[in-house]
Amino acid sequence: MLYIKCPHCGLRPQTEFSYGGDATVKRPELNKEISDQDWDNFVYLRKSPRGKHLELWQHISGCRQWIKVERDTLTHEIFTTYKASENI
Amino acid sequence: MPENFRLDKGGLVNRNKKISFTFNGKKYFGYEGDTLASALLANGVHLVGRSFKYHRPRGFFGAGVDEPYAIVQMNRNNEIDPNVRATEQELFEGLEAKSVNCWPNVDFDIGAINNFLNKFFPAGFYYKTFMWPKSFWYKIYEPIIRKAAGFGAASIKHDKERYEHKYEYCDLLIAGSGPSGLASAYAAAQNGARVILAEDKSRFGGSLLTSEVTIGNQSGQEWAEKIISELKSMPNVVVKNRSQVFGYYDHNMLVMSERVSDHLPKTDKYIPKQRLWYIRAKEVVISSGSIERPLVFGNNDAPGVMLSSAAKEYLKIYGVLVGKKPIIFTNNDSGYETGIEFKKNGIDPIILDTRKDASSEIIKEAKELNINIKFSYVVVAAKGYKKVNSADIARISDDKKNLSNIENIKCDCICVSGFWTPSIHLASQSGNKTKFNEEIDAFIPSQSKQKETTLGAANGVFTLEETLKTSFEKGSELSKQITNKENKVSVPTVVEKKPSSHDKFWCVPLPEGKNYKRFLDFQNDVAVSDIQLALREGYRSIEHVKRYTTLGMATDQGKTSNLNGLQLVSDVENKVVPQVGHTTFRPPYTPVSIGAIVGREVGKHSKPTRKSPMHYWHEKNNAVFVDAGVWLRPRYYKQGNENLFEASKREAKNVRQNVGVCDVTTLGKIDIKGPDAAEFLNRVYTNAWLKLPVGKARYGVMLREDGIVMDDGTTTRISENHYHMTTTTAQAANVLSHLEYYLQLVWPELNVNVVSSTEQWAGAAIAGPKSREVLQKLFPDLDVSNEGLPFMGYMEGNLFGVNAKIFRISFSGELAYEVNVESDNGNYMWEKILEIGKEFNIQPYGTEALSTLRIEMGHVAGSELDGRTIPYDNSLEGLVSKKKDFIGKRSLSKSAYVEIDRQKIVGVVPLDKKTSIPEGSYIVKDAKAKLPNPKLGHVSASCWSVEYDNPFSLAIIKDGKNMIGQKLFAMSPLKNKTIPVEIVSSHYVDPKGERVRS
Ligand SMILES: [Zn+2]
Repeated sequence: MLYIKCPHCGLRPQTEFSYGGDATVKRPELNKEISDQDWDNFVYLRKSPRGKHLELWQHISGCRQWIKVERDTLTHEIFTTYKASENI
Repeated sequence: MPENFRLDKGGLVNRNKKISFTFNGKKYFGYEGDTLASALLANGVHLVGRSFKYHRPRGFFGAGVDEPYAIVQMNRNNEIDPNVRATEQELFEGLEAKSVNCWPNVDFDIGAINNFLNKFFPAGFYYKTFMWPKSFWYKIYEPIIRKAAGFGAASIKHDKERYEHKYEYCDLLIAGSGPSGLASAYAAAQNGARVILAEDKSRFGGSLLTSEVTIGNQSGQEWAEKIISELKSMPNVVVKNRSQVFGYYDHNMLVMSERVSDHLPKTDKYIPKQRLWYIRAKEVVISSGSIERPLVFGNNDAPGVMLSSAAKEYLKIYGVLVGKKPIIFTNNDSGYETGIEFKKNGIDPIILDTRKDASSEIIKEAKELNINIKFSYVVVAAKGYKKVNSADIARISDDKKNLSNIENIKCDCICVSGFWTPSIHLASQSGNKTKFNEEIDAFIPSQSKQKETTLGAANGVFTLEETLKTSFEKGSELSKQITNKENKVSVPTVVEKKPSSHDKFWCVPLPEGKNYKRFLDFQNDVAVSDIQLALREGYRSIEHVKRYTTLGMATDQGKTSNLNGLQLVSDVENKVVPQVGHTTFRPPYTPVSIGAIVGREVGKHSKPTRKSPMHYWHEKNNAVFVDAGVWLRPRYYKQGNENLFEASKREAKNVRQNVGVCDVTTLGKIDIKGPDAAEFLNRVYTNAWLKLPVGKARYGVMLREDGIVMDDGTTTRISENHYHMTTTTAQAANVLSHLEYYLQLVWPELNVNVVSSTEQWAGAAIAGPKSREVLQKLFPDLDVSNEGLPFMGYMEGNLFGVNAKIFRISFSGELAYEVNVESDNGNYMWEKILEIGKEFNIQPYGTEALSTLRIEMGHVAGSELDGRTIPYDNSLEGLVSKKKDFIGKRSLSKSAYVEIDRQKIVGVVPLDKKTSIPEGSYIVKDAKAKLPNPKLGHVSASCWSVEYDNPFSLAIIKDGKNMIGQKLFAMSPLKNKTIPVEIVSSHYVDPKGERVRS
């Protein structure tokens, strides 16, 4: 079980969080033309890297904040965690 | 059988307390402090089971977790406990156990015929033989193999025992209470660290309990007792016996299983049988010691052949002789300790040492005691079927290839010592890259991946002096980093006998013309010849050899077999062991019962049960409940002998004719506030929200980004910047997370706050043509006329002293209202509604009637919004704005979503107006078409229409728009039904929606 440092609450066990996928995906702006391909990439296409991965977690049984976690998908090492508002 | 292998004195058992127990139906006696194994051995019982594949007789091989044979089935408190190791099970009054894996009994086992047919059971036998013809596997081979193989029988009853989980945090977790565990725990505790010290046995001290050493001016055992009692008295230390740390997981989380009451005859109802500890440790000390390696020779699995360290433990801890005519067969000094122990107790052992010559303090001591020692000697084969009665021994040449002077000598046990294997399992589980240590022919931990340190014998350090020194140091160093405190502890002086180096020899060659089975893996019956065969057949990777031969795959996880297996592979392959590598160690280190893993999360405890504030009213009024997510909701209220069908029909009918009331507390509710709330809702829902006036509700549909409908519900504008959103019961949590995601990550510039208010409000839906009259009486001061409170209107009122929110919304399709009050007032509201509604024939209705009402109205719910449908499929396209953008809009223009024959919701009525259509049925054009019959879609929900008094269903079918009026078939292969049906509009009742606006 991972031990995740919520930037708002501190170290908390994984069971308090839910996973939210790749944190680098940016939603296309509203009311903007976008090609089928680009929209498809946004909705469906994700990389599955071996190694460092910036991902979203929500502290669902805690402060309910979405946070960004830099984690190694191979070793589960967690390097840094960020608030949702922090730009990386 | 009387006890005749127990010494008159000695050992740590309590001789003042005699304990009776039964094994295989026979009654025996032991003492308090015995294990089942030691008590049986004291009674001279060696035959305890049959082996896995050949059903060969098996006895005791070890004295602890490494035991591969002595697996028994326990009967405790009328509960079956399968696969208990007799070497770990402590004796209690009335204990009942029996052998496993033998039929009809351990003395006469029919499966033993496999032993005489063993040439038909080579490595990979199952793979080779039973794979053809394929169809035979399921019908013939597998059932037979299943019957013959396997260990204890699991109970098919519900387990009445209680299991618990516990979460704990500490600075240092120390796994094992031998010298390294005690020293590191003591040093860390002195520095103020929070320490958990875990010991899998009932007694603390590990090897100190059986070794002849002096620490300071005390014996090893006395020193261990002193340290433990000191640790126990410290508030920052938790000391746990009968507790096995079995798994090392990510981020220094370890799991430990505590056998809380397995050693007691009967337990209090509230005392758990076992407790699982999830421990997050800042640092972990692995002080798990080492396990003696067997030597490999002919018939080395016969009862009476056991580890020399186990024989010593039975002597020193339990005062039990495993035999009265022992042969000690050793390649190192450890065997001498056992020999000397026998001698001290009046038994004359013979020591066969594979070494040509060796000298050390302990060998000298043995010689001085006149013990018969034969150097360059080996056991060639054990003789005796159900118990060793003699051994063929021989002189072995210096190159260890040739045997000479083979002779048979009488004996009743053979104690083997092939040197020691560090227990590196936990270190390896943590990700430690282990390395091979040539000096001890074994792997030891190397580079730590997590915060873990291995000490003592587990780290390949076999002298007490060095173990204590390094363990005191490490315990102090590790804890100092955490507590920033240092209280120096002095390392006591140690007196121990320095050993001479061991012999790397481990496998006795077969004498000419003999074909003895020489076992490597005792639990899975893997012999030297099996590994040789696998290698001949081309298996190279040790992981493949393991799986093909099942070496090390049994419940003992190869604790005694791994290294000898590796040695053999490297010998045959002409490689060295480190090149062969070892197989991956995975948790659990020792078997863990499923009950302990599940803990208290059984049955109704597996998830929380939520009850509405009106729950007890429902209970009192004969509600039959149904699980709705985590909630319990009344499904129907039973009157007299009614069944579900009759009751729900009555309730639904009463809503259509008079008025009904339904507990809708479980609906998800989200409070939304902020100046940008309207803009936010406009982006979240598919329809327009910017112009919703204060005091009005609107129905809305929200999508996921892929265009699939996520949820629906009504949202009401309470005031300028305040909205009250409702979600379906099932999606409440997901919708809240969804909103938070967009507010926190995608549009943080929107000034909006959302919070769940589901549990703050109790809700009652009052539905039916007479609902206005009821409402008027509930709120006599309010204008609730069609003009005063129109459809989708909202107002606040005072319900006999209680603040209430009134929404004119309808799920049933009738004129209807929803009244919300603060949860604490829920029951008060409910009772008032029923009291006032009495004169209008109000009746409560449950979820079944609620479904009927919405289905015949064609209102979609969870069975249509199933994560596979877009708005069009549910005839919700009218709610999709063409003008504005919203979550998921771009996906709706995908070509698959705009096909002209896209699936759409329809109504389905059986032609005979009698046969109910099972939910999940397929809709097909031709009931007799060849399989696979192309399906047009499926039936999503079915009910008995109370309006028309015939069955009615909703279905989502291809080109539903153009299917109205068609005669098709509903087929349910599950229920074996084919029903001719007509497709009608999904709005079966009141298609124009006049009632809700009346
Ligand atoms: Zn948090």
